[in-house]
Amino acid sequence: MSTVAQAAADPALRRPGLARLTFVELRKMVDTRAGMWLQITIVALSLLLAVITIFAGKEADHTLKEMLSGTIAPAQLLLPVVGILLVSSEWTQRTSVITFALVPHRSRIIVAKLLACVSLSLVALVVSIVIALIATAVAAPTVDDAWSFSLSALGQDTLGLAAVTVIGLAFGALLLASAPAIVLYFALPTAMAILGGLSFMEEPVKWINLAESASQLTDNVALSGSDWAHIATALIAWTAIPLAVGLWRITRDEIR
Amino acid sequence: MIECEGLTKQFGGLAAVDDVTFRCEPGTVTGFLGANGAGKTTTMRMLVGLSLPNAGRASVLDGQYRDLPNPARRVGILLDASAQHAGRRGREALAVSAQMIGVPEKRVDELLDMVGLDRSAGRKRIRQYSLGMRQRLGLAHALLGDPDVLILDEPANGLDPEGIRWMRELLRDFADRGGTVLLSSHLLSEVEAVADRFVIIGSGKIVAQGTHAELLPQTGTRVSAVDNDALAEALAAASLAGQPVDDGFVVEAEPEVVGRAALDGRVVLSRLGPAEGAGLEQLFFDLTTAAPNGDVPHARKPAVTNSKESVQ
Repeated sequence: MSTVAQAAADPALRRPGLARLTFVELRKMVDTRAGMWLQITIVALSLLLAVITIFAGKEADHTLKEMLSGTIAPAQLLLPVVGILLVSSEWTQRTSVITFALVPHRSRIIVAKLLACVSLSLVALVVSIVIALIATAVAAPTVDDAWSFSLSALGQDTLGLAAVTVIGLAFGALLLASAPAIVLYFALPTAMAILGGLSFMEEPVKWINLAESASQLTDNVALSGSDWAHIATALIAWTAIPLAVGLWRITRDEIR
Repeated sequence: MIECEGLTKQFGGLAAVDDVTFRCEPGTVTGFLGANGAGKTTTMRMLVGLSLPNAGRASVLDGQYRDLPNPARRVGILLDASAQHAGRRGREALAVSAQMIGVPEKRVDELLDMVGLDRSAGRKRIRQYSLGMRQRLGLAHALLGDPDVLILDEPANGLDPEGIRWMRELLRDFADRGGTVLLSSHLLSEVEAVADRFVIIGSGKIVAQGTHAELLPQTGTRVSAVDNDALAEALAAASLAGQPVDDGFVVEAEPEVVGRAALDGRVVLSRLGPAEGAGLEQLFFDLTTAAPNGDVPHARKPAVTNSKESVQ
């Protein structure tokens, strides 16, 4: 037991920094059974897609650009679930009692989770690129531009992965329950498709079509100015609004 | 040090905690007693900022809990042993918190050892833990930051008798080294042996608080004799009023005076000692099952507060 005098001088008694909290959140993503298997599944699916492309794909599919749009797809599909669980499992598994007792300033935890989501999406991008590079080398395509890859495509992939992970986090924060958040996230594209199918809604839906925007980003194709406008509004709408409402709930609600 | 002052919490217009005031001093163990739903947990949750009071003030170590820069290094908390991720390994659950509050990971193994969870238990996922194991893990978690204050909600719940005894020794030792302990229970027997003071809550209100002696002032002398009729005569001869109880009398006098009366009357005593009344158990039961409006049966109304006068 430390005395009060020691306590004041002890650096251990300082507030935990955001970097440390972010590392803890990254750790929480992989140290549970569900979290571990989710990450393993992403990598396994990515490898599987690379192998299928090598054996079943045509020469034109073996370029680095095409390989990467395949190997990145599992992460794009499943990282939102990682983001959702990072927040919602604190409530469904009731660890929020511990987390927010250790760090009473609740918004700092949410910021750490946000940083952890972005960090994880970068790691996933690097893994996808490495798998795509290996797969391209193995397939050894003889077509022109086999190894070409633009910086803008890389930027789109980075934004695409980070955005879907953070949107997962935002959905988790909004609903504070894993199952409804996951269902909502995966039902949304269908809902958008139905809505967009109505002739008078076709144009407005483009501005909020999240799934369309996300896949456009990681498809490694050049985007027009109007594409970018649609993507920007869709991402901001589906990130900022649920995150703001979620943060408002989390910082005000009783933690139980 | 823990202080609650006029702490009040309402849920949907109903007061779950109503004007609760008490203090826990360093070096003491305070038993926080009450039936299920009496407001113990809500009070503790307000102390650590997980719940915001509608009125009143809760302070830990002379300030609000949320203003402590790294609270777990000063205040150890166990609010709900089941509030752990079922899919996380026991050791990992501690290690995550250790990293969060900046405690070296070797302390995790020390603590697992200390609370009696061996290596194989540490590797198990928490879903496989019994309630007793979860409590032990929760205690290890509370002690992780080597705190000055412990706030424990029902820590004995699910522990076996050996575990309860171990926990008592741990808490006694913690308090003897200058720590402040607040532990709640709905079972008096779990805390009676270790607590220096008791705070009894019923329907959200504090119904009594004080030391054992303050709560149960001496209520006379319990005496029995081989021949109780002769004893009655001896008491009458010494002009002592005896209240008959099952196999003897309760006399409003010191045991020495009663013994002398028996000696003078040449009565063979089979029992002579302080009357303990109905005991803390009965007091606790009466207080916590009192009418919902908070009225306490008058006959047993104890000396509330820690005023010196009430100590006999």
